[in-house]
Amino acid sequence: MPELTSLTAHAAAALLRAREVSSRELTEAALERIGAVDGRVHAFLTVTAENALAQADAADQRRAAGEDGELLGVPVALKDVLITDGVRTTCGSKMLEHFVAPYRGTVVGKLFDAGAVMVGKTNMDEFAMGSSTENSAYGATHNPWDLQRVPGGSSGGSAAAVAAGEAVYALGSDTGGSIRQPAALCGVVGMKPTYGRVSRFGLVAFASSLDQIGPFTRDVRDTALVLNAICGHDACDATSAPVAVPDFTAQLEAGVRGLRIGVPKEYLPPDLDAGVRGCVDDALAALEAQGAHIERDVPLPSTGAALAVYYIIAPSEASANLARYDGVKYGFAYQEGAGMWDNMEKTRGMGFGAEVKRRIMLGTYALSSGYYDAYYLKAQKVRTVIRREFDAAFAQYDALVAPVTPTPAFKIGEKADDPYAMYLNDVFTLPVNIAGLPGISVPCGFVAAGASELPVGLQIIGKPFDEGTVLRVARAYEQTADWSSRTPPL
Amino acid sequence: MSIDRETVLHIAKLARIALTDDEIELFRSQLSDILGHFDVLDGIDTDGIEPTAQILPLENVFAPDVSRPSLPQAEVLKLAPLTDDGYLRVRAVLE
Repeated sequence: MPELTSLTAHAAAALLRAREVSSRELTEAALERIGAVDGRVHAFLTVTAENALAQADAADQRRAAGEDGELLGVPVALKDVLITDGVRTTCGSKMLEHFVAPYRGTVVGKLFDAGAVMVGKTNMDEFAMGSSTENSAYGATHNPWDLQRVPGGSSGGSAAAVAAGEAVYALGSDTGGSIRQPAALCGVVGMKPTYGRVSRFGLVAFASSLDQIGPFTRDVRDTALVLNAICGHDACDATSAPVAVPDFTAQLEAGVRGLRIGVPKEYLPPDLDAGVRGCVDDALAALEAQGAHIERDVPLPSTGAALAVYYIIAPSEASANLARYDGVKYGFAYQEGAGMWDNMEKTRGMGFGAEVKRRIMLGTYALSSGYYDAYYLKAQKVRTVIRREFDAAFAQYDALVAPVTPTPAFKIGEKADDPYAMYLNDVFTLPVNIAGLPGISVPCGFVAAGASELPVGLQIIGKPFDEGTVLRVARAYEQTADWSSRTPPL
Repeated sequence: MSIDRETVLHIAKLARIALTDDEIELFRSQLSDILGHFDVLDGIDTDGIEPTAQILPLENVFAPDVSRPSLPQAEVLKLAPLTDDGYLRVRAVLE
């Protein structure tokens, strides 16, 4: 019997199907692992042991009654930005410390209907704003590969939970890289589907034109299986796309022979970390050896402007979305002030952390009278330019391949006082959100840093609604290497 | 691009966020730094380019005009700090 805490979902499902293990046993193993390592990793904000065991028993009964399913009885961790009825949803913020929603998000409902067992809610940068999970009001998550380093963010808790064996898979959200970047830094697979592929109903809003839910898994097949479970149109989200959902496992083993893969020039700048460059070069050689046509120096000339576009559009949308935290309807409320406005301003001043306040201020400024045209409207126009450059590239290539991050995981505290240096972590991931494309991070090697081995991620970007090709390339690459067999030295 | 203390206070007022003196100076300095990096946009020609608000070719998404139950009022009001006879209560706007 393999170690229960290092199984993929499809391996776990096979054991469940063969009655070699029960969901209760899998769930108990995950909860024991959380008990053993989470004091050091701090991936979880809330562990729901009792609910999990009840869900596990229900899943075992469903299997006993003849039901089958790829996720039926398999333990999952959910980023604490996904609304769960009856279990608090904090968004990593003091503002929502005691917030228990009276409804269930669409994706959470889909997973629970499929028999998923939720072991807990994971840590994150407050309201998903950050690249290190240090902006959580409840303390940083630690990278399982080196506890002195960040796991990335904002979905750092979900990435760390999967890397550390605390859940078989997890969900996160990705607005500018918040799934792919922590997946890369923690050595797991993480995918942001096409904007509109997954319902955002029950995803606490950060930047509504960019946010998308996606999975963290131990291999690419699991990513396809989780996408099969969570994708699809939802009347509760007007921006969810009314398009058919394919079986994402269908093309998985088709290989890359004959596929045209472009490597954007701007994603391999001269100052890229040498270790990251080496891993990406090796991965490109591996794909070429599998029969892919690799073409380097594909131009995406406006890439250098994407960071500015993102840090105008995302904070602008955030400043509107986060207006709802007013101390009147729910959440933290300061009530000792001089009147309604004073209470509201102090509620927001005390309830939000520094990065959230910084971004609300930035967005408010960009939308304010006299600056709207120069910042917000200009950024929206450059957003069109960036989309067209991707369109032109995808007229020639089936997929684009690039690094996920400029460096491996950095040390906790290293960039905490310099917001702009932190923003630069997402320079290769946020253009994908700006253009609404699907993108995946798949482990592509390790670099040594002192006594630690730090994971590196390979990013594969596809055409809108062509997750199938992205997964196919990722799966073909994954089989040339065996990075997922390594586990962190916890 | 550099912004002054008055601008920070103006933005904070628009955003309804009370800031401490330390935060006012910190955000003045950090927002000036961040805004300085946005000059890169000036180098991109956007004459005649339409803005993108979101990437899907969807507009005017309608839902069927069918009534369905809302969340239970009592459950929702339980989340509020102050309620009064089925209403959310706030302090007087003008005192």
